Formats: sequence, C-alpha cells, structure tokens
Amino acid sequence: MADTYRPDSAEQLRELVAWASAEEAPLEVLGRGSKRGLGRPMQAQAGVDMTGFTGIIEYEPDELILAAHTGTPLAEIQAELAAKAQDFAFEPPDLGPLLGGEAGQATIGGTVSCNLAGPRRVKSGAVRDHFLGFHAVSGRGEAFKSGGRVVKNVTGYDLCKLMCGAYGTLAVMTDVTLKVLPVAEETRTVLLVGLDEDAAVKALTAGLQSAYEVSAAAHMPADIARASGVSTVRKSGGAVTALRIEGPPVSVKHRAKKLAEEVLHGHGETHELQDRTSRDFWAEVRDVRPFVGLDGTAVWRISVPPAEGAGVAKRLGEAVSGARYYLDWGGGLIWLAVPQGEDAQHASVRAALGDSTGHATLIKADPEVRAAVPVFQPQADGVAVLTKNLKDAFDPRRVLNPGRMYAGV
Amino acid sequence: MVAMPEPKRDILARKDEIVARLRDIVPGEGVIVREEELRAYETDGLTAYRQSPMVVVLPSTVEQVSKVMAYCHEQGIRVVPRGAGTSLSGGALPLEDGILLGLGKFNRILEIDYENRCVVAQPGVTNLGITKAVEHEGFYYAPDPSSQIACSIGGNVAENSGGVHCLKYGLTTNNVLGVEMVLIDGTVVRLGGKHLDSDGYDMLGLINGSEGLLGVVTEVTVRILKSPETARAVLVGFPSNEQAGDTVAAIISSGIVPAGVEMMDKPAIHAAEDFVQAGYPLDVEALLICELDGPEAEVDELLARVSRLAEENGATYERVSKDEEERARFWAGRKAAFPAVGRVTPDYYCMDGTIPRHRLAHVLGRMREMSEHYGLRVANVFHAGDGNLHPLIMYDANEGDQLERAENFGADILKLCVEVGGVLTGEHGVGVEKRDLMGTMFNEVDLNTQQRVKCAFDPNGLLNPGKVFPTLHRCAELGRMHISRGKMPFPDLPRF
Repeated sequence: MADTYRPDSAEQLRELVAWASAEEAPLEVLGRGSKRGLGRPMQAQAGVDMTGFTGIIEYEPDELILAAHTGTPLAEIQAELAAKAQDFAFEPPDLGPLLGGEAGQATIGGTVSCNLAGPRRVKSGAVRDHFLGFHAVSGRGEAFKSGGRVVKNVTGYDLCKLMCGAYGTLAVMTDVTLKVLPVAEETRTVLLVGLDEDAAVKALTAGLQSAYEVSAAAHMPADIARASGVSTVRKSGGAVTALRIEGPPVSVKHRAKKLAEEVLHGHGETHELQDRTSRDFWAEVRDVRPFVGLDGTAVWRISVPPAEGAGVAKRLGEAVSGARYYLDWGGGLIWLAVPQGEDAQHASVRAALGDSTGHATLIKADPEVRAAVPVFQPQADGVAVLTKNLKDAFDPRRVLNPGRMYAGV
Repeated sequence: MVAMPEPKRDILARKDEIVARLRDIVPGEGVIVREEELRAYETDGLTAYRQSPMVVVLPSTVEQVSKVMAYCHEQGIRVVPRGAGTSLSGGALPLEDGILLGLGKFNRILEIDYENRCVVAQPGVTNLGITKAVEHEGFYYAPDPSSQIACSIGGNVAENSGGVHCLKYGLTTNNVLGVEMVLIDGTVVRLGGKHLDSDGYDMLGLINGSEGLLGVVTEVTVRILKSPETARAVLVGFPSNEQAGDTVAAIISSGIVPAGVEMMDKPAIHAAEDFVQAGYPLDVEALLICELDGPEAEVDELLARVSRLAEENGATYERVSKDEEERARFWAGRKAAFPAVGRVTPDYYCMDGTIPRHRLAHVLGRMREMSEHYGLRVANVFHAGDGNLHPLIMYDANEGDQLERAENFGADILKLCVEVGGVLTGEHGVGVEKRDLMGTMFNEVDLNTQQRVKCAFDPNGLLNPGKVFPTLHRCAELGRMHISRGKMPFPDLPRF
C-alpha cells in the first residue's frame, strides 16, 4: 500500500474519498487496526487513518446518549461512562488479542462498523440496537448524515442499521451517537457443572424462558473450562454452564435464588460466582480468551437459533477435525476453533448448520486462508443482488474497503 | 395538502385489462373494483387524506403476492401495501393509478417456538394477536402501540412501531428476528431467521421503518419474552409540566429503567378521565404514569425510589396500583387518550415528534404560545421516558380554515422538535403527513442518499411512491456520479 492518509476534518476526508473515487483508487479504512485481520484481504491503493477524528463530542448522562468521533478509543469512552456508572449495554468484546494484537486498541468506529456484541446480546441487543445516528462520507465522496440523537426516531430509513456491520464498505463514518445505560449495581452467575451440550442448552433455555431476566447464558465444555482464568471454573472438574443475573442487589439475590431453586432444579447442583469473579468470567467469554494465542488455529463465529446450538455443536464435533468450541447466547452463538489447514474446513463448518437458519463467519485466520474461502456466509441469490445494489448506491466505484466482505462488493 | 405523484394516464386507460390479469392471479373475491367498495379503502388512520385506489387486491398466498408484484413491475403499475390501515401518517394512503395490496388475508400464526422464544406470524396478524397466542404460557410480545388491538405486525414492521413499553424493551426493530419479503420484481427473500444478527448488511434493520417502500413483508419472526413476575404502576400528579418533566429526568438518570413512563397534560387528563374513569386526579397540571416490572422486591424498592424523586420535585398526588385491575385501569386512560380527545372535538390532528427529554418544559411552553397564535387547543400525551411527544391539535374541519391552521400548527411543532435537537417522527412514520418537512431535518445529499437505498430495492419507484420523500428523482439520475478527475486533494495532508 503506497500511502496512508490521515485526514482530520470531514471536508478533508470528503475530498480524499472523492479523489479516490475519481481515480478508482481503493482505500482501506482504518481506526487503530485492531480488527484489520477480520474480513477478506484487500488490495488497497491507500489507507485512510481515522485516528484524526478523536474525542467525545457530547455525553449527556441524563439523556443516556453519547456522541463521539469514530477514531476515539473505546476504552477512553468506557472510562468516561464508568465515571457516571454507565456503559454500553451491548458489552463490546475486545477481539484485539484474539486477532494477534494488543488489548484495548479498539475504536468506537470499528466497534460500530463490525456490530460485535458480547454475552448481554441475549437481553439487551447488539450494537445495532443502540446506534442512534452518524455523520459519514459515502464512497461517492458525499458527506451525509442519518438518524439523530434521540432514542425514538423513524424519520427516514434507518441507515444506522446498514452502517452497523458493513465493515466500512459503504461509507466512512466520522462521528456516531449511541445509547448508553446505567451499569447494573450487582452481578451474580449461577453455575452448573458437568452437563453435556444437550443438557446445557436445555438448562440455558429454561433460564432464558424464565421471568428472571437472565443477562447472559453460556456453556464451556470441560476442555475449555479447564483452562479458564477463573479458578472456580478451572477447578470445577467438568463442563461449566453459566447464567448471569444483573440488577439492584435485592433483586439479584432474589432472582439468583429462584433460578437455582426453581428453574434449574433438576438440571444439577448449582454454584455461584459473585461480583468480581462473575465479571471476570464473562469478560473471558466475551473476548474469546479460550482461543487467544493458539498458533495455527482458525476461529469461527457461528450464529444459530439458540435451542439448535447443541445439535450444531454436536455436528461440528463429528464433522470438523480437531474442533474445540464453547457456546454463548443461550446456545445461539458458537465460538469454534479448528486447525487452520488450507481452508479452515469451511465446507464442513457450514454444512454443520444443516437446516438451521444462521451464519458462520471466519473471524481469525491467516490472510491466504481468508483469501481462499468465503469469510462471511455465502448469500442467497436475491440477497446477494440487494447487497450489490446497496454497494452501488453508496460506493459505485468500489473504493471503500472493496472486497472486504464479498468479492466485488 | 400534500401533492401526490401525477397519476399515469396510460395505466388508468388500461384499467380493465389490468384488472382482468389481476383476477387471473388472484381469483374469486380478492380483486375489488366497484367504486362503493373501493371507498372503504380510501383512507388510513390519517383521515384528513382520502383517495380511492384504482383497484384493491387481497392476495392470500406468497405466490400470489409475488406474481402481482412481478406483473406490476413489468407493466409499470404502482403498488401501495397495506396491513390494517391504522397508519397515522398516511403511509397506506392509496394512489389513484395504483393497486392497493391488502395483506389482511395473511392472518395466521405459523409457528410458536418457546424453545427459541419466538413466534412466526403472517403480516396481517394483529400486534395483540401475538401476545394472545402465547400468554397462556406466560409469554408476551413487548412492543405495544396503543392501536395494538387493530394494528398488524406487518404494519408494525413497516413503521417500526413503538408503544408505552419500548423504553425498556425496545421498538419493533429490536424485537423482530426475521422477515420473508417480496421485492417489486417478484423475488422472495428471507432476511434473518430465528438466530441473532445479520451475516451481511443488516437489511432486516433497514426494512423496519421503511414504510412499505422497499418490499412487501409476507412473514415476520418476532422475539417473545416471559411476562415479569409483577408489574405495578404509580400515578403521580404535579402542579406544573416542568416538575413532571424534571421528575422523569431524575428517574432515568438515577439508573432506573422503568417499563414505561408516560405523561399527560391537563387537557389530556380531563379528556381521558371523562371517557374511561381511570381514577386520574383532576386538580393537577401534569400526570405521570410510571410502571415498574420485575420481582416483587425489586418493584417495591424502585417504586420507593421513584416516589422519593417525585416528592423532591414537588409532586402533589400519588397513587400506586394495588392490583392488576387497577394497573390496567391506569393504562386504559392513557391508551384511550386519542379517542378521548376525539370526544371533545370534532377533529384532532395527532403529532409525533421526539425531543431530548430535558427540552420538554421549553417545548411545552412554546407549544402554548403557538396554541394561542393559531387559536386552536392542544392536549399533550407524551412517552416521557424516551422523549416522544404526541400533541393532539383540536380543530373542526367544517369550520373555515381550521384544518389549514391545524396543519400549520402541527408543522410548527415538528420544526420546533428538530430545532431543539429532536426529530420529526418517533413512531408514526413520515408517510405523506411529514413528507414535505423532511427538508427541515435532512439536506439534499442526505435525502438523495436515502433515495438511492430505495433504488437498490425498487429501481422504477413503483412501491408506495409519494411517501417519505418530498421530491421524486429517477434512479438513473441519482446513480450518476459527477467525476472531476486528476485533482489530488490536500497535497499537504499528513501521510505515513
């Protein structure tokens, strides 16, 4: 890549993209590069470094909103929020270490562009559900805005949804406005030990079907639990199935008790993780720490209907050699590590989805592998046409992260 | 009044041929052309606008929808989709030269999946119908627009409908997991499913709130939740709107997320009390209904906190619901506020702006001035928790220029919402009603960007034209790029 440009005003960025568009010069859009290895490798002619767009623009704790320039480090924003006992409810994962980089490097722009949400997804939604508005420059070299700074807004199309999860292929956002929420006063996790996947997903389902507002539901098979950084989990001696409860102390105590005594009664003996250990455990699940630092390993992220997670996991275990996995989102999210080989066993991985709706994304693999296999789930014909049409609408000359998601898009 | 697109004379001239072909596709009573029968479809919930469609088509299978759409695409015929027709923004207003595609026959629940906590329904099922289908197992569907007894889930998707409980549980878009949709060329696509999050571009998110301009939804998968252990509501009265507004801000910023916080001003309180005898106090200027749900212990504690905050902000009246029946009655007044106002005025015009919560007192003050200026009364109901205002402007369409004054008054309110950092519509949609105000929020580039999204789905502009966008552009013209080659910007831009 010849050059990396670092614009620091929307007008500079607009001119840069307009120039790239005129020259048909593909640009790689970068925050601090923590998720650069996610997606298909690109042949960019130049880079756009967005770290010139830094700083919180507006944070109103009473209104529960925060607006920031997209190059602002997520950690910096979360520190500001923590000072007011607030946070993003979608529990953003830090995939830096998984992808071979350092922790704490993510920017808010990259977080929104990749729509990555953590364990609380089951209760509170993903980034998309908290993303209220933005300013951006499209691949046409035009500055535009969408959404607003209020939580309830149906004025025009919800372009926030399109930007969130577009991996920078439609427009370069310069600032974003998100909803924030108070941090729960207390957290507790109810654990069951020694369940197989079928029994575990049944227990998670029972928890999520209850009225006790389970805010996270995961299952670590024994081989994963054994390596946990949380000693209770590590020493449990078997697979660990975990359900988290958050809220005001009096409520957390009540719900954790009900969950253990009524809902999970008959699923096995229960244990509890409190406060700090509970937080540590879910950070491990969120940041995919079980698969950090494994050489020669490819990592998949698979989203399926939650109750079907056990079946899909079982098929993965049978059909994919060397498969290791754990489940989040009540069974609906499978993190899968496989020996990388030449193709990360993509055909077997996707075949294991069977009739379930959902998708498998290759989150971590060497560039040659990501160039050789579909990183994102191949799309049905009608949807693929719409994808191409949307790319045409925003970036007809294919200058913004071209090919990062799909060839030709 | 808002001008609709010029009818296509050639299409109207070929009406008989078009009707015959539609009857081939949808046999029996599914094609309606008799003038007196068409009249039943001439308006939706925004009754100030009326227009009979050229023909009404009521398909009963996805295949029929697909064939009708493909035929319209091929022939250049405009299509207006409609669910229950309860839109308050004219989103389902027919076109003189268009087909009104009614989805009323798609009224079945296809699957209830408790394991995956979702329901798969046809688009014509009512919002409340989904909850009714699962409540015996203790589940419910969270978004609850006041029209929930009549409005359809397909219409909810089109408008991204809210309701009093969306403060805690989200809008339609946050509760829809998947749709099946027919594109204008007849292609059937599935977006999402029973799993979470999109694999590629989040088109499911885009479809929610797209007001029937991108496709016709033929199946919806929604998330259902277990009903909370307890829910209790408290009525709190204040001597001023400002104090009520401050209390809402205090509740939210203290970290409490109530299941709902609604506010009514004095005219709305009186109208609702006269109508349904909800037990509202009549000697207060503003009334809050705050609902908390969860385990009993939590609800008790949070109710005590809310009470304390209300007292600190000067509350003069407080009553906590003592049972389910009383809680339902508190809500009955609020949910009937629109028809209640309808009883005290020949006509009313319901607005739907959203503002940052802390600007409430300012906005209500300015609204009082406008009310005097236009000589029209206004009652306010307000989803206070999320800043969504519903001023109800009272007028008499048969009295001189009152309709025109009401519309101008409404436009001024919405412009004010935008001026204080809010938006034109929180949950009712742009439709025809707010179409010509889009320019107060968006510039030409913003609007062209949105219209190009429309082009990605409907290149010939046949689906619900005349809604949302004030100016219609041809997609070819919008798609063109104006390139000035060879000019390198900012030669001094930092490079690495």
